[in-house]
Amino acid sequence: MMKVEEKLFQNRYRVDADRPHIRIKNESVCNDGCVSRACVVCCPAGCWSFEEGKIGLITDGCLECGTCRVVCDTHGNVDWNYPRAGFGILFKFG
Amino acid sequence: MTQNIEKFDVIVVGAGPAGNAAAYTLAKAGKKVLQLERGEYPGSKNVQGAILYADALEKIIPDFRDSAPLERTVIEQRMWVMEDESYVGTTFRSDRFNQMPGNRYTIIRARFDKWFSEQVQKAGALVICEMTVIALLRDAAGKVIGVEVDREDGKIYADTVILADGVNSLVASRAGLREDIKPAAVALAVKETIFLPKETVEARFNLKGSEGVVIEMLGSISQGMAGTAFLYTNKDSISLGIGCMLSDMKAQNTTPAELLEKLKQHPSVAPLIAGGETREYAAHLIPEGGYHALPELYGEGWLLVGDSAGFVNAVHREGSNLAMTSGRLAAETLLELGEKGLPSTAANLARYKARLEDSIVLKDLKKYRNIPDTLHSQRQFLSDYPALLNGAAHEFFTVDGQDKATKEKAIFNAFRERRSLLGLLGDAYRLWRATR
Ligand SMILES: Cc1cc2nc3c(=O)[nH]c(=O)nc-3n(C[C@H](O)[C@H](O)[C@H](O)COP(=O)(O)OP(=O)(O)OC[C@H]3O[C@@H](n4cnc5c(N)ncnc54)[C@H](O)[C@@H]3O)c2cc1C
Ligand code: SF4
Ligand code: SF4
Repeated sequence: MMKVEEKLFQNRYRVDADRPHIRIKNESVCNDGCVSRACVVCCPAGCWSFEEGKIGLITDGCLECGTCRVVCDTHGNVDWNYPRAGFGILFKFG
Repeated sequence: MTQNIEKFDVIVVGAGPAGNAAAYTLAKAGKKVLQLERGEYPGSKNVQGAILYADALEKIIPDFRDSAPLERTVIEQRMWVMEDESYVGTTFRSDRFNQMPGNRYTIIRARFDKWFSEQVQKAGALVICEMTVIALLRDAAGKVIGVEVDREDGKIYADTVILADGVNSLVASRAGLREDIKPAAVALAVKETIFLPKETVEARFNLKGSEGVVIEMLGSISQGMAGTAFLYTNKDSISLGIGCMLSDMKAQNTTPAELLEKLKQHPSVAPLIAGGETREYAAHLIPEGGYHALPELYGEGWLLVGDSAGFVNAVHREGSNLAMTSGRLAAETLLELGEKGLPSTAANLARYKARLEDSIVLKDLKKYRNIPDTLHSQRQFLSDYPALLNGAAHEFFTVDGQDKATKEKAIFNAFRERRSLLGLLGDAYRLWRATR
C-alpha cells in the first residue's frame, strides 16, 4: 500500500511557510467536545491527526478540497481559507 | 488595476470551464471583461476525471478540436458492478465514435484550462492570475457592484459579477448569497494520474491511434458508501479515482487515500495499472446534491455558474459541460440585457434561469432530481445488488455439473433472500421513479 505521504511527495506545492491557511477555531472543542473527528478520517491528504488526546493540523500537503470545513458541520470549528494567491497546491495534471 | 479607476462590464471570478465559457462569450461580443483566478495559472487548482463532452464546448468554440489539448477520443465505455474479487460489466464499443467529429474526449484539466484561458485572452478579456477574490462589494441598496481582492486597495467595480469560483464558492457563501455546502450534498473524489508508455496503454485497452476507453465502477469498492470510481485512458497515462458522499465518509473509518489504494489493488484494476508511475495525487469536491440542493442562481448584480451553482449530474458524471453551458448562458443573458439597455437587476437576470430551464442544465437536473435521495435512503442499490449480481454471475458461469434450471433457481433465491419479492419490485420502481 502506498502511503499518503508517498502520494503527496509526487505533487508540486508552493508552501507559504508559517502562514497556514486553515486554522482550528477552538482546539478544546476538537479534543473534548467532538465525537466524530471526521476531519481526521476524511482529509484526503492526512493533514489532520488525533494523537494522545490532541488534535493536530499541518496544512503543508493540503489539496485545498474543503472537506475538513464541510465535515465539521456540527461544530463549525474550522476556519478555512484558500492559501494566499499563488501559494499552495499546483496541479500539473489535475 | 488595484486603484479603482476602471470599471468593467463584467467581472468573472474563477477560470475553470464555467468562468472561461462566460468570459470568452462576453469578450468575443466586445464586452469589457475582467477575469480573476487565484491559481498561479488557470487549471493549477482544478481537478476532473476527466471526460470532456464536445457538444458544450462546440457551442462556444466550434473549431476547438484544431487546437485544444485532447488526450483520447472515447470509443469504448465500460460499466463495472464490483465485488471484492470480481465484476459484472457491460461494454459499449463503437467504431462510429472514430468518425469525426468526436463526441467525448479524455483531457488533462491543468492543460485544458490553460488552453481555454488562452482563447479567453485572445478574445479580449483581461485575465489576472494569482489574485483571490475575498469579498463582494455592494451599494447601499445591496446590489453587487464589484469585488474585493487580496491586495491593498483591492476594490474593483463592474456592472455584473459572475461567480464561477467552483464547488466551495466561499465568495458566494460568505456574502450570504448561498449556504455553505452540506456533507450530504457533496462527494469527495481522490485520483491519481498514473503514467505508462503509450504503447502499453494501447495494448492493455486494445486501442490504436487516439482511441480511448473509459470505465465507470460501482459496488464493493465504495465500501457501502454512496460512491463511484473511474478509470480513464489518456495518451500516456491513466486517471484512476474514486469518490464518495461526505455524509457517508464521515460515518466510517477508511481514509480516502486508503480507499484509492484498495481500488488500485482490486484484481480487475491492478493489471491495468501495473508498472505505472503515479506522478500526481489530487482531491476535489463534487456538488452532488442535485436539483433539490440548488441555491438561488442570480440576484441584484450577480449570477452563479458551474459548480458554485451546484450544476452536476452525478449519475452521468457530467459537470464540466453543465459548467460551460451555464457560463455561456449567463453571458448570453448579459448580452441580451446589454442590447436592450437593461440593467443587471434580479428581475432582469431572471432571464438566466429561464435560459437554464430551457437547456440541458436544468432539464437534466430536474429529471434526476430524486436520485440523490434514493441513493441516500436505499442502500441496497450500493451493496446488495452488486453482491447479488456478482454472485449470480459466479453461479451461472461456474460449470460444475449442476443443471441450468437449478442454477437459475439458486440465483433467484439468493435475490429473494436478501430482498423480498416486494422489495425487489419496489427497488425497480424506485429506480425508475428517480430517473423520471
Ligand atoms: C474527480 C472528478 C472527476 C470529474 N469528472 C468529470 C467528468 O469526467 N466530466 C465532467 O464533465 N465533469 C467531471 N467532473 C466535474 C467537473 O470537474 C466540474 O463540474 C467542473 O470543473 C466545474 O467547473 P467550474 O468552472 O464551475 O469550477 P472549477 O473548475 O472548480 O473552477 C473554479 C475556479 O475558480 C477559482 N477560484 C475559486 N475561488 C476563487 C476566488 N475566491 N478568487 C479567484 N479565483 C477563485 C479556482 O481556482 C478555479 O480555477 C469531475 C469532478 C471531479 C472532482
Ligand atoms: S470535526 Fe471539527 S470539531 Fe471535530 S475534530 Fe475535526 S475540526 Fe475539530
Ligand atoms: S482542505 Fe482538504 S486536503 Fe486540505 S486539510 Fe482540509 S480536508 Fe485536508
